[in-house]
Amino acid sequence: MSEMTERTDIWQGTLALMILKTIETMGPQHGYGIARRIEQTSGDRLSLNYGTLYPALLKLEQEGAIASEWGVSENNRKAKFYKLTRTGRRQLEKEARNWQETTAILNLFLASKGEQA
Amino acid sequence: MSLLRSLRAFLIRLSAIFPGRQSDTAFSEEMRSNLQLHIDDLMRSGMTEKQARREAALRFGGIEQTHQRYRERQTLPAFDNLLQDLRFALRQLRRTPGFSIIATIMLASGIGSSVAIFAFVDAALIKPLPYHDPATLAGVTESVKLMGPANLSYPDYLDWKQRNHSFRSLDIFTNSGRLLNLPSGTVPVSILRVSDGFFRTLGIAPMLGRDFYPGEDLPSAGNTVILSYDSWQKWFQGRADIIGQKITLSGIPQTIIGVMPETFDFAPGGSAEFWLPFHAVKGSCDLNRSCHSLYGIARLKDGITFAAALADMKDVAAELEREYPGSNRGQGAFVQPLSEDIVGDVRPILLTLLAGAMLLFIIACVNVASLLLVRSESRRKEIAVRGALGASRGRLLMQFFIESVTLVTIGAGLGICLAAVMMHLLSHLIPKFMLSRMPYLIGLSLNPHVLLFAAGITLAALILFAVTPLLRLPIGSLRDSLAESSRGSGTLFWRRIGANMIVIELAIAVVLLVGAGLLCKSFYRLLHVDLKYQPDHLAMVSVMVPESLYPKDDDLTRLQHQILTHVTALPGVESAALFSLPPSSYNGNTDWIRFVGRPYNGEHNEVNLREITTDAMKTLQAKLLSGRFFTETDDAAHPKVVIINQALARQYYPGQDPIGQRIGDDGLSPGSIKEIVGVVDDIKEGSLDSSIWPAVYYPLYQSQEHYFTLMVRTHPSEDAILPTLVSTINHLDPGIGTADPISMNRRIHESPTAYLHRSSAWLIGSFATLALLLGVIGIYGVIAYSVSQRTREIGIRMALGAQRNTVCQLILREAGTLAIIGITFGLASAVGAAILMRKLLFATAAWDATTLVAAALLLGASAMLASWFPALRAARVNPVEALRTE
Repeated sequence: MSEMTERTDIWQGTLALMILKTIETMGPQHGYGIARRIEQTSGDRLSLNYGTLYPALLKLEQEGAIASEWGVSENNRKAKFYKLTRTGRRQLEKEARNWQETTAILNLFLASKGEQA
Repeated sequence: MSLLRSLRAFLIRLSAIFPGRQSDTAFSEEMRSNLQLHIDDLMRSGMTEKQARREAALRFGGIEQTHQRYRERQTLPAFDNLLQDLRFALRQLRRTPGFSIIATIMLASGIGSSVAIFAFVDAALIKPLPYHDPATLAGVTESVKLMGPANLSYPDYLDWKQRNHSFRSLDIFTNSGRLLNLPSGTVPVSILRVSDGFFRTLGIAPMLGRDFYPGEDLPSAGNTVILSYDSWQKWFQGRADIIGQKITLSGIPQTIIGVMPETFDFAPGGSAEFWLPFHAVKGSCDLNRSCHSLYGIARLKDGITFAAALADMKDVAAELEREYPGSNRGQGAFVQPLSEDIVGDVRPILLTLLAGAMLLFIIACVNVASLLLVRSESRRKEIAVRGALGASRGRLLMQFFIESVTLVTIGAGLGICLAAVMMHLLSHLIPKFMLSRMPYLIGLSLNPHVLLFAAGITLAALILFAVTPLLRLPIGSLRDSLAESSRGSGTLFWRRIGANMIVIELAIAVVLLVGAGLLCKSFYRLLHVDLKYQPDHLAMVSVMVPESLYPKDDDLTRLQHQILTHVTALPGVESAALFSLPPSSYNGNTDWIRFVGRPYNGEHNEVNLREITTDAMKTLQAKLLSGRFFTETDDAAHPKVVIINQALARQYYPGQDPIGQRIGDDGLSPGSIKEIVGVVDDIKEGSLDSSIWPAVYYPLYQSQEHYFTLMVRTHPSEDAILPTLVSTINHLDPGIGTADPISMNRRIHESPTAYLHRSSAWLIGSFATLALLLGVIGIYGVIAYSVSQRTREIGIRMALGAQRNTVCQLILREAGTLAIIGITFGLASAVGAAILMRKLLFATAAWDATTLVAAALLLGASAMLASWFPALRAARVNPVEALRTE
C-alpha cells in the first residue's frame, strides 16, 4: 500500500496525450491494457486510477479522437477496444509537438538559473 | 479545431441526458471485463484465483466512485439537475391546476396585449419610413393663422424651390381624382399629381420602366403616367409589356412609363393608383398664387437641421410676402420631419395604448407574484424538510427559480401566440380607408423588434418572479420553520408585502378604468356632438363629371338639374341637393373674403367655402337664423348671393344685421360681389372634433364645380337607396363617374376621427376590464390567504367573545383600508395620466368628476365584493376547531 501512495498521480492534461500515444503504439487496446501499458512505460512511477481513466477515455471518445468497439482479447475474453481515429491521430501529433515545445522551453528556463549572477 | 471537438463532446453529452440507463449497463460490463483481464494476468503470474480476485479488486479502487465519475462525464450533470427541477416544477404546476391556469392566463394576457400593441407601435413609430435615408426627409407646407400648416400654391412652390438654401430637392404632390376609361366602363380613380423629382426625393425608383425626367412636369412635356403596383395588377393583370401602352384618364390619353414597386406606399397621398406629372393648367388654380392645393416634400442638405430649414423657409416666405402683399399676406412656412406628417396623429393614441397594455402587464405580474408568494408561504414546511434532508441552499433557490421560469415561459409562449392572434384581428378590424392612411400597418408581423420586446418583458417578469420567493424563502432558519407552529412572524411579513401588492394593483386598475372612462365619454360626446343638421336618413354619393364631356357651366347646370329631378322622383326621396363638399368632411377648402364698404388692411379673412344647390339646407334640415335659403332663381342669370353661417355673422357683423350686406373677393373685383341673403346655423363642416370656422355658402349654379356630392333625405332606409342613386346617375350618362355611396350616419361613424376615438376607447376599455378582473382576483387571493393564516387568531378572538359580525368587519376593514389607499393613489395617478393623454380627449376634462367617482366606486365595490367571501369564511370559523387544529 505504501508503495502505491508514493507513485505520482497523473496530471489532468497529460493523461489524454498518454492514452492517445499508447493506443498509437499498441494499436486497438482495451482500458485495462492501456492502464497497464501507461504504468509500465512510466517504469511504474505513475499510478493510474480507473476512476480517472474511464472518464478520460469517454471524453476522448465524445470528442471523436478515439472510437470503441467490443472485441475479443488475446486470451479469449470479451473486452471493449479503443482505436485511434483520424482526428485522434492529428490531435496526437499536434499535442505531442506542443508538449515537446513546452518542455523544451521549460528546460531552458530551469537550466538558465545559474547564469544569473 | 479544439472548439469543434468540445462542441461535439457537448452535444453528445447533451443527447445522453435522455436515453436513460442503457449505456450504464454497457459500462458495468466494460469494468467487469477489464477486472477479469486483470485477474487473468495476476493468475498467470502465479496467484490463486481467490488472491487474484482480491488483489484486482483492491487495485481497481472504488467501483461505485468510478461509476459515478463516468456517469458525470457521460452527461451534463448540471443540465441533468435542471431537467429534474423542470420535471419537478411541471409536477408542482400540475398539482395545483387552479393556480397554474390562472397565473398562466394572467401572464399570457399581459404579455400578449403588450406585445400586440408594441407591434403596432413598432410598425408606426419605430420602423423607419420605407424611403431612402428617411431621417432627412421633410414635409414642407405654408402656414396660416386659421389652420396652421396649410397647402402651398404652385407659384409659391416654384419660388421656394429656387430661393431656399436648405433642401437638396423640394417637390410637391396633390391628390386628385380622374375617370379611368376602360372598355368595360368608367371608373373613378385616385391619382397624385407630382413634380418631376418626387420619386427621386423619396429615393425610390420604379420597378418597371423609368421615372419622370427633369422637366417632365412642365405642360410642354407629353402626357405620361406611372402606375402603382396594385393598379398594374388590378387594371392590367400585371402584363409585362405595359410600358409604352396608353390609358385614358378623364378623356386624355396618357403613356405608361413606369410601375412602382409593390412595397412602395406614400401615406400622405392616400390610396393613389396613378402618378401624373404636375402639368400646371392655365386658368385653373395651378397658376394662381392665392390658390393653395399642394403639399411639399424635401430632402435636407447634409448638416441642415429641421429647425434651420424652417427658419430658412420662413425667411423665403417673408420675402414673398413683401413681394406679393396681396396674395401672400400672412402666408408663413412650415417644415417638419416627413415622419411627423405620416404618423404624427396616431402617435399619442399608440403611446396611450402601449402605456395601457404595459399597465395591464404590470398588474398581471404583480398578481402572479403575489400568488407565488402565497405558494411559497404554504410550502415553508416542505422546503424546510427538503433542506433538512440535504438539499443545498443553491439547489432550493434553483428549484424556485426553475418553477418561475417554467411558469413565465409557458405564459410568454401563450402570450406571443395571443399577440399574433390579436395583431391579426386588430389589423383586420382596421377599415380599408384607414389602412390606406396608415400603409405602414400592412403586413404587421412578429418581426425581430417585436420578439425582442417580448423577450425583454418576459425577462422582466422572470426577474420579478425569481426575486419574489427569495424574499420569503425560510432558508436561513430551516429549524425554525420546521418547528414552527405559530405563524406570527410569517403573517406579519406576508401582510406587509401582500398589502403593498394590492395597493399597486388597485392603483393601476384605477388608472386604466379612469382612462377608459374618459375615452368612452369622449367618444360618446364625439358621436353626440351637435352637428346642427340631422345626419340620419341622409344618403350620398360622390359624382365626378369629366370636363371633356361638359366643358361649359351651362351644360353642367343642365346636367345637375337633370340629376336632381330624376333623383327627387325616386320613391322615398324627400329632397335632394348637391354639395361641393358635404358637411362633416374637413375644415378647409377656403376662400378669402372682403366686406364692401369697410376699410381693408390686406389681412386675409379666411372662411370655409361650400357651393350648394337650392334644397341643400332643407335636405340637411339645418336651421335658418335669418334671411332666406337659396331659390331656383339664384343661378348664373341672376345677381350673386351668399348664405353665411352664424360664426361668420358673429365675428364680422357683431351686433349688426348682415342680411343685405355685400362681400367680395380680396380685390373686390366686380364679378365677385355677392349679397348676403341668409344666416344659417353653424353646421359642423369639419371633422367631429373640429371647431367651427366662419363659412360662406354659394349657389352651385353661380359657381360651378365638376366634382360634387349628391345628397338625398330619404324615408325608409338610407342604405337601401344607395345603389339606386348610382344607377340613376349612370343611366343619365355612363361617362359620369360615381364613387363612395354611403349614408351620412355610417360616414360619421367610420370617419377617421370617430374611428381613432372608438378604437382607443375600445382597447383601453378592454384593458381596463381585464385590469379590474385581475385586481379583483388579486384582492380575493390576498384576503383569502390572510384569513386562512389568521384562523387561529380569529379562533382566539371568538373564544374570547368576539361576535361573528365583528370578525367579518375585521376582515372587511382590512380590505377596505387597502382599497381606499389603492384607489386614492390611483385617482391621483389617473388625473396625471389623463393630463398626459388629453390630446385624445374630446370635450372631456382630465379631472372629469363623474368618471373619477364612477371608477372609484366600481373598483371599491368590486374590491369589497371580492373580500366579502373570505370575510364570510372568517366569520364561520369554529373557534374550538380553529384552536385544536393549530
